[in-house]
Amino acid sequence: MNVGLEHYLVVSVLLFALGLVGVIVRRNLLIIYMSLELMLNAANLALVAFSRFTNNLDGQVFVFFTITVAAAEVAVGLALIVALYRKRQTTHVEDLTTLKL
Amino acid sequence: MRLDLIPWIILLLPLLAAVLITLFTQRDRKLSAGLSIGAVVAGFILSLIFIRLNGWARPHESAVVWLTLGELQVDFGLRFDPLSLLMMLIVTGVASAIHIYSWGYMSEDRGFPRYFACLSFFTFSMLGIVLANNFLELFIFWELVGVSSYLLIGFWFERPAAADAGKKAFITTRLGDFGFLLGILTVWTSFRSLRFDDIERTLATNPHALGTLATTAGLLIFCGAMGKSAQFPLHVWLPDAMEGPTPVSALIHAATMVAAGVYMLCRVFFLLDIPGSQALVVIAWIGGFTALLSAVIAMQQNDIKRILAYSTLSQLGYMVMAVGLHGRAPAMFHLSTHAFFKALLFLGAGSVILAMHHEQDIWNMGGLRRKLPVTFWTFMVGTLALAGMPPFSGFYSKDSVLGQAYEHNLALFVLGVAVAALTTFYMFRLVFVAFLGAPKSAAAGHAHESPPVIAWPLRILAVFSLIGGFIGIEQLYGKQFPAEQVEQNTSFARQLIAPILDSPVASSTGLLAVLVGFVAAYVLYAKADKDPLPEKLGALSRAMRNRFYFDEIYQATFIRLHDLLAAVAGWFDRWIIAGLAVRGTHGTTELVGRALRLLQTGSLQTYAFLFALGVALVLYLALR
Amino acid sequence: MQDALFYIFAFLTLVFGFLVIANPFSRNPVTSAMFLVLAIVSLAGLFVLLHAFFLAAVQVLVYAGAVMVLFLFVIMLLDLKAEERRKIKVLGIVGGLVSVGAILAVFLSSLLHASLGAAESPMLDGGTMRLGKALFTQYLLPFEIVSVILLVAMVGVVLLSKKDLK
Repeated sequence: MNVGLEHYLVVSVLLFALGLVGVIVRRNLLIIYMSLELMLNAANLALVAFSRFTNNLDGQVFVFFTITVAAAEVAVGLALIVALYRKRQTTHVEDLTTLKL
Repeated sequence: MRLDLIPWIILLLPLLAAVLITLFTQRDRKLSAGLSIGAVVAGFILSLIFIRLNGWARPHESAVVWLTLGELQVDFGLRFDPLSLLMMLIVTGVASAIHIYSWGYMSEDRGFPRYFACLSFFTFSMLGIVLANNFLELFIFWELVGVSSYLLIGFWFERPAAADAGKKAFITTRLGDFGFLLGILTVWTSFRSLRFDDIERTLATNPHALGTLATTAGLLIFCGAMGKSAQFPLHVWLPDAMEGPTPVSALIHAATMVAAGVYMLCRVFFLLDIPGSQALVVIAWIGGFTALLSAVIAMQQNDIKRILAYSTLSQLGYMVMAVGLHGRAPAMFHLSTHAFFKALLFLGAGSVILAMHHEQDIWNMGGLRRKLPVTFWTFMVGTLALAGMPPFSGFYSKDSVLGQAYEHNLALFVLGVAVAALTTFYMFRLVFVAFLGAPKSAAAGHAHESPPVIAWPLRILAVFSLIGGFIGIEQLYGKQFPAEQVEQNTSFARQLIAPILDSPVASSTGLLAVLVGFVAAYVLYAKADKDPLPEKLGALSRAMRNRFYFDEIYQATFIRLHDLLAAVAGWFDRWIIAGLAVRGTHGTTELVGRALRLLQTGSLQTYAFLFALGVALVLYLALR
Repeated sequence: MQDALFYIFAFLTLVFGFLVIANPFSRNPVTSAMFLVLAIVSLAGLFVLLHAFFLAAVQVLVYAGAVMVLFLFVIMLLDLKAEERRKIKVLGIVGGLVSVGAILAVFLSSLLHASLGAAESPMLDGGTMRLGKALFTQYLLPFEIVSVILLVAMVGVVLLSKKDLK
C-alpha cells in the first residue's frame, strides 16, 4: 500500500499520545520531562510530513527552529530540576505540592 | 409682574427664618425668636400691602413650571383670589399674634430656638396650602403641615405622652391623606391636569367628566379633610394633640391647620358639587355627627385644653356640615371667626395654665376672675363669641351656618341648634368653674396676671372676636363664591342686623339655644364644688369622660391588625430576605468556592490530566 | 521497499516510545533515557524517508547527541537511588488513559474523515541548500532571534545552577 500522509500522521498522533500518557501517569520528574520531549518529537514528525506532502519548505524550517528551541528548553528545565533537587532532595512529583490550596 | 413677587416673599420668609434658625442661630435665643417673629409679622404687613395694591377681586395666578413628566405638567404656583388672600391674611395675622405670645409663654423653655424654627416652618407650610394652585402642590404642603404639626405636638418629646401624641396625629392624618392621594389620582386620570382652574373649567363645560367615579372621587378627597380637620372617625388625634405647648394648640389646632381641611373643601367644591354625586350629603352628615359627638364629650371633660379641643372638633363639624349643605361662604365665614375666637380661647387658657404653674384641671381652679382680670375678660369675649351671642362675631357666622341648614336640610338644622345649646353649656361650665366662684386650690389662690407680651395678643384677638361679624368678611367670601348670592355692598348697620333680617327662624332658634345652654350651666355649675353630672347621668357621664371609648376600640382593632402585619413583615424580612437571600447567597458562594478549591491540588499531574481533558473537549468541539 | 522501511521505522519509534514511559526492565531513569535516544534515532530514519535529510542529520546531532547527553549528565549528577515503590494510583492511571484516549479518538476520527489528497504530485526535496537559502533570506529574523534564545538559555542555566542564589 502506498504510504501517504495519513500514515505519517497516525504515527505522529500515536507518539504524541504516548508522550501525554507519560506526562500524566509517571511520577518521576525526569521521566515526565522525557515524555515531554517525546511529544515535541511527534509534532516535529507531523510538520515534516506535511511539509513533504504539500510541497512547502516552511514545515522543515519550523522543525529546525523547534529543535533549537527544544534544546534550549531542555537546558533550562534540567537546571530547574537540579535546583529543585538541591532544595527538596526529591524528584518525586507527589512531594512537590506547595501550591495546594 | 413685580406686584406678584410680594406673595412669593410672604410665602418664603418663614421658610428662610426656619432654615436660618436651624442651621445658624440655635444658641442665640433672642435672635431665633426675633427671626421667626420678624418673618411672620413682615408677612402680615406685606399681605396688607399686597391686598391694598392688588385689590380683592382680581383672580389670577403666578406660577413657575416645576415638573414635566410625559403628559403631566405640574407648576409651583400661587393663586390669588378672595379665598386665598383672606386666608393668607388670617394665617399671617393669627400667626403673628401667636408668635409674639409664644415669646412670653415659652421663655423658660430649653428648646426655645427649636420651637420657633418649627413654628416658622409651620407658617410656611400653611401659607403654601392656602396659596397653592394645583393638587400636587396642595398635597405637598398638606404633608408638610402634617410634619410641622408632628414636630410641634411632640415638642416636649422627652415626655412619652407627647411623643405618642405626635405620632398619633401624624399617622391618623396620614390615613386621611392616603384617601386624599387616591382622590387626586382619580381626578388626574379623568382630567389629565391637576390645576384647579383647569379642572373647574372642564367641569363647567362637561359636568359628567368623572362619570360614575364622581361620588368616589369626592369622598376620597374628603378623606383628606377628614384627617386634617379631625372629622369622625379620624377625630381621635386632636384631643391628644393638646400635649403640645398651648400656643401650638392655638395656632395649629384651632385656627389654621385644622381649618385647612375646610379650606380645601371650599377650594375644590366644584369636584364635590357634581350633579349625581352623593359626596356632599355624606360630608354634611359626617360634619353634623362630629359636631354632636364632640359637643357631648366636651360636657364631661375636666382638662381646660381638652374642653377647648373638643369644642374645636365640634366647630369644625359645623364648618364641614355647612360645606356639605352647599354653603361655602358660611363655612369660610365661620372658619374665619372661629380662628379669632378659638385662638383667643386657647391663648387665654395658656395664660391661665401659666398662672397656675401648669395646672390644667378646671376643678383645681376657681376665682380666677379677680386674679387674672385681663385673661378673664378676653376669655369671656371668646366664650360669648363661641356660644353665638350677638353682637360677637360667632353669632353672625353661626347664624349663617344655621340659616344654610334651615334652607337645605331640617334634620341637620335641628342637630345644629342642639349643638349650639351644648356648646354654650360646656363653655359656661368651664367659665363658672374656672373663673368664678371660690378658689378651689392653693395655686388658684396665688395666681397672678400674665405679662404684657401675653396680654396684648389676647386683647387684639378679643377685638377681632367682637367685630369680626360685621367687617365685611362674609361679603368677601361672597365675591369668591358668586353662586351663593351673598349680598354685596351692604352698609355697616345693615350688616349688624343681617342675620335677624335674612333668616329670622335660624337666628331666633339659635339665640334660644344659647339661652337654654346658659341657664343649664348656671343651674348646675354656678356654685358647684365638684361636678354634679356624674351622679345624674351615671354610665353616660363615664362614657363621655372616656371619649366614648373610641381610642380603645381603635387600639383593639386597627392597632392589633397593624401589629400583626408588622410582625409578619418582620418575620419575612428576617428569614426570607436576610436569611435566604443574603445569607443564602453568601453560603452558596462559599460552597462553590470550597468546591472549586478542590481543583487546586498542587499536584502537577492533576493539572496535566485536566489540561488533557480540556484539550480533548476543545478539539472535539472544533472538529465536530 | 520504502513502504516496508516506513513500517519498520514507525514500529520501532512507537515501541521505543512506549518503553520510555513504561519500561519493565528497571526503574532507573537512565533506561528510559536510552530508549528515548533510540526513539529519536528511529525518528531520524523517518525523516530520511520523508526526504528531509538535513533535518534527519540535525535530529541525530542535536537531539540525540546533545540534548539526550545533557539529560543523562543531569540524571547521573542527581545520583538517584532506585526510587522506592510508591503505591500505584489506579485512578490516576485510568484517568490518564481516558483523557489521552479521548484526544486520540478525536484525532484519529478527524484524520479518517479528512481528505488529504495530493500524494502524487512531485514531492518536496528538502535539500540542504534549499533549506539554507530559505533560512538566510526569508527566515533571517527568526534565525537571529533563535540565537538570542540560546544565549538567554545559557545565562539562565548558569544562574539557576549556582549553589546558593543570593
